[in-house]
Amino acid sequence: MTNSNLPAAVVGNLAVVAGAQQYVSFMIGDQSFGIPVLQVHDVLGPQRITRIPLSPPEIAGSLNLRGRIVTAIQARCRLGLDPLPADAETMSIVVEHGGELYSLIVDSVGEVLTLEARDFESHPPTMAPVIRDVSNGIYRLNDSLLIVLEVPRFLDFVRAEAA
Amino acid sequence: MDELLSEFLTETSESLAELDVQLVRFEQNPNDQGLLSNIFRLVHTIKGTCGFLGLPRLEAVAHASENVLGKVRDGELDVTPDAISLVLESIDCIKGLLGALEETEAEPAGNDAGLIDRLNALAEGGGAPVAEPVVETVAADEDDIDVPDNAAIGTRPGETPLDELERLFQETEVDSDEADVETEAEVAVAVEPDPTPKPAASKDVAVAKETAPAASGEQAPRESQVANQTIRVNVDLLENLMTMVSELVLTRNQLMQIARHEKDNEFNVPLQRLSQVTSELQEGVMKTRMQPIGNAWSKLPRIIRDLSQDLDKKIDLIMHGADTELDRQVLELIKDPLTHMVRNSADHGIENPAERLEAGKPETGRITLDAYHEGGHIIIQIGDDGKGLDPEKLKAKAVSSGLVSEAEAEALSEQQIQQFIFRAGFSTAAKVTSVSGRGVGMDVVRTNIEKIGGTIELQSKLGKGSRFIIKIPLTLAIVSALIVEACGERFAIPQLSVIELVRASAASDHRIEKVQGIPVLRLRNRLLPLVSLQRLLNLDSPDGREDGCESFIVVAQVGTYSFGILVDRVFDTEEIVVKPVAPILRHLSLFSGNTILGDGRVIMILDPNGIAQATGEIMVNDGHGNEESAEARALADEKTSLLVFRGAGEQAPKAVPLSLVARLEEIDLTTVEYSEGRPIVQYRGQLMPLIPMEGGAKLGTEGRQPVLVFTDNGRSMGLVVDQIIDIVEDRINVEVQPEKPALMGSAVIAGKATDVIDAGYYLTQAFGDWFRLTNEDKQGKKRAGGRILVVDDSAFFRNLLTPLLSVAGYQVTAVDGGEKALALCDRGEEFDAIISDIEMPGMNGFEFAEKVRSSEKWGNTPIVALSSRTSSSDLDRGRAVGFTDYVAKLDRDALLESLSQTVGV
Repeated sequence: MTNSNLPAAVVGNLAVVAGAQQYVSFMIGDQSFGIPVLQVHDVLGPQRITRIPLSPPEIAGSLNLRGRIVTAIQARCRLGLDPLPADAETMSIVVEHGGELYSLIVDSVGEVLTLEARDFESHPPTMAPVIRDVSNGIYRLNDSLLIVLEVPRFLDFVRAEAA
Repeated sequence: MDELLSEFLTETSESLAELDVQLVRFEQNPNDQGLLSNIFRLVHTIKGTCGFLGLPRLEAVAHASENVLGKVRDGELDVTPDAISLVLESIDCIKGLLGALEETEAEPAGNDAGLIDRLNALAEGGGAPVAEPVVETVAADEDDIDVPDNAAIGTRPGETPLDELERLFQETEVDSDEADVETEAEVAVAVEPDPTPKPAASKDVAVAKETAPAASGEQAPRESQVANQTIRVNVDLLENLMTMVSELVLTRNQLMQIARHEKDNEFNVPLQRLSQVTSELQEGVMKTRMQPIGNAWSKLPRIIRDLSQDLDKKIDLIMHGADTELDRQVLELIKDPLTHMVRNSADHGIENPAERLEAGKPETGRITLDAYHEGGHIIIQIGDDGKGLDPEKLKAKAVSSGLVSEAEAEALSEQQIQQFIFRAGFSTAAKVTSVSGRGVGMDVVRTNIEKIGGTIELQSKLGKGSRFIIKIPLTLAIVSALIVEACGERFAIPQLSVIELVRASAASDHRIEKVQGIPVLRLRNRLLPLVSLQRLLNLDSPDGREDGCESFIVVAQVGTYSFGILVDRVFDTEEIVVKPVAPILRHLSLFSGNTILGDGRVIMILDPNGIAQATGEIMVNDGHGNEESAEARALADEKTSLLVFRGAGEQAPKAVPLSLVARLEEIDLTTVEYSEGRPIVQYRGQLMPLIPMEGGAKLGTEGRQPVLVFTDNGRSMGLVVDQIIDIVEDRINVEVQPEKPALMGSAVIAGKATDVIDAGYYLTQAFGDWFRLTNEDKQGKKRAGGRILVVDDSAFFRNLLTPLLSVAGYQVTAVDGGEKALALCDRGEEFDAIISDIEMPGMNGFEFAEKVRSSEKWGNTPIVALSSRTSSSDLDRGRAVGFTDYVAKLDRDALLESLSQTVGV
């Protein structure tokens, strides 16, 4: 997939073409990921989460964020990784999608990075399908690589499962 | 002021304001057809409303300007500034009239002949010059200024450049003094205002010029006085506001909860105040969503009028409490049921005038609608003084449609019989009219009302009339919910569907019993199926224990199906705001939403409807939860002779429909022989396999063993039981669906929980084996016998027929309704014969047969009707629609006979 045929509506992709863009970086396992900072609603510490019985495994439950009900997603589970032990300290990134809030539970949240479009590259063809499924490409950082998450696709697992 | 009038004033001032803007825009874009049609529509609406309200003067003016606009729209008239001006003038005239109307609540005297003439002249003459004396209107003083434009362009065509007029027009609009002077100077000769009864208009032009700004300045507030009292607000905005207030209420509750733990807190007083203000705010916002129920009734007088003409009846509709307010969401939902019930009353309830006189009643029937508040609910009563429901007719209808047996119908109370009208497909109307009598309706009404958490009751007295009493909640936004806990997780159950709470423990009267591993509770002589939340929701218990022996049972009711939900703890009830779950979770039918509790945690709201459906599924594992409970109800209505016995070494009694048992035998165990390890006896010159209740159980070697003999197509099979207890006449009310295929379910028979065995299961067991033991050729020949499609809504009969027919050598496909059968047809499936039930919900057997006959693929497939209705008229009807044969239900021999004839085996 090349950059030119990306859906233009996604803010993150516009930035890819337009130039520098800020990303909130976070870790899942030993890989760093990024979400455009404008799409991030909140960053939360550990929360009290109400489990939702019978929900897909990716859904950790729901939580109350200042009076709004937020659906919590286990990012590890979505990416096919084993969950962290129950007592592990996790962080959450709250994003809005389709008028609803979702909280992505990640291992840790790092700093906000300003990244140049020239450092962006689409995925190497050998990239794992689950990553290609939720992301369009990678930024080359000085010492590591950062995968840009596409929030709508990241949250689209229910349909992906049903299909 | 009359409400209608004030509404009209509000609406018309809005339209006029819009018209002003639109006309001006239209003048600038004369080719914009969209604008023009909008303008036309606005004027037309004003004209229509004026006519409706009996305001001839307004109507005349509006009509004249509509004419002009009509010509413009049809392209017969060019858009010229003067045309627009004239229309604007007429609008100002309307405004003036409206102002007077608002003050005096009556149209001012006088007429607008001059203006109308000019409008008409413009319409007819295509903008020809008009320069006749003008009769001025009440407050439209600035009209004086517009007229000259018209005159100017008329008298000196081509001399006044268009842009000049344009400028004039615009200046006139803003009441520029300069423009006034200019125009006045130009046309002083042309215009001679006639005195009118109103003082303002009696002034001459010069005076008018000076007073114009003042007049319009004073006119503006007058116009909008009524308009300003109400504003239109987008419903979304209100909904949003409501959500916010709900949040506020929740936050308030949280704060109060915290404060409760700390006495003597300095926050207590302000918190109290906050609480009060919040409550008031909530009430206020709720009010904005409230609408008088009269809005839902507004169509009814017309409907009744039309109906009474159609039906030749005299009916008065009396409505009380039309101003009773309820949430607009609820209002929308009850609109249709209400209309339906009023139509019903008019059609079924009220008699013909002649009949009424005969019955000693006034000729004119009365339908009354009452609405009032009662403890957080709205009560709506729909009554008529008509003939009431005839219990005998209802009974007959119920019996003929197979809902109850005759004997049973006799035992029913009048109240119970009346409940039949809420059944699907039940209509007492002797003939189907355009109005009602199709038998769809009351069940839908009931469903709709129950959907919003309401109830409907019926009181009826033969000859005196009937009355429906509907009770519905005021609002759907906030519901009261019971908070329960299972395995450490909390859930909310809407209070409306909770009937009672039962505490069950091993020691108390209420003990949880298990039938085939399924928990049930004896509650006032009924078996209540229990659903374990833990199992339903796949919760893992923290301490690993199974459903506790000490637990609470929340008895819930969905429609007529009640069941118990097993929970660990019950907390108090809370007022909650139902919020929809995230789209990602919408597929979970067990939850109707989620909410935030007073302590700030998110809680899932259980949907009793979803649970009822899911339990059906869990219990039968075939995805027909609803159907199963419906079947259980259907079976409940039929009394059956049952053979009660003990078997499989269990104490629990078992039962089988007696009609399925050919004989009861006692077999000398010494005569039992074994073939390939299976017990058989020689019985009437044949080998009869003996099937133990439990697979693999060994038979004794001596003594006598009771055996139930099932005979099928010349073959017999013996079911080995421990003891035959009794034959009882009872309903098979299968209340709990089994996990084992050998059982049909459990029922209360003769006061005890009894397993009803599925004879069909044992038949297949026996004959499956039997065929393998005997020659293969015979089996092959038999199997080729034909493919049969069984269509029956009752799982009972499907379960019965499928093994029966397979045993007789047919390949059987069973479906639960005509629609599904036709779907098979569409898929290209082929059958040698179809066996169809007659009484089925949705498409009945007759309709199904007609459809099959008219279809291409199955047109020639024989159809055998299987029904409890075997009167000669039924037989005739059956033949007429194309049934090949008609067999009574449960007459197995006749069915097999008929099949072998039709299929030709």
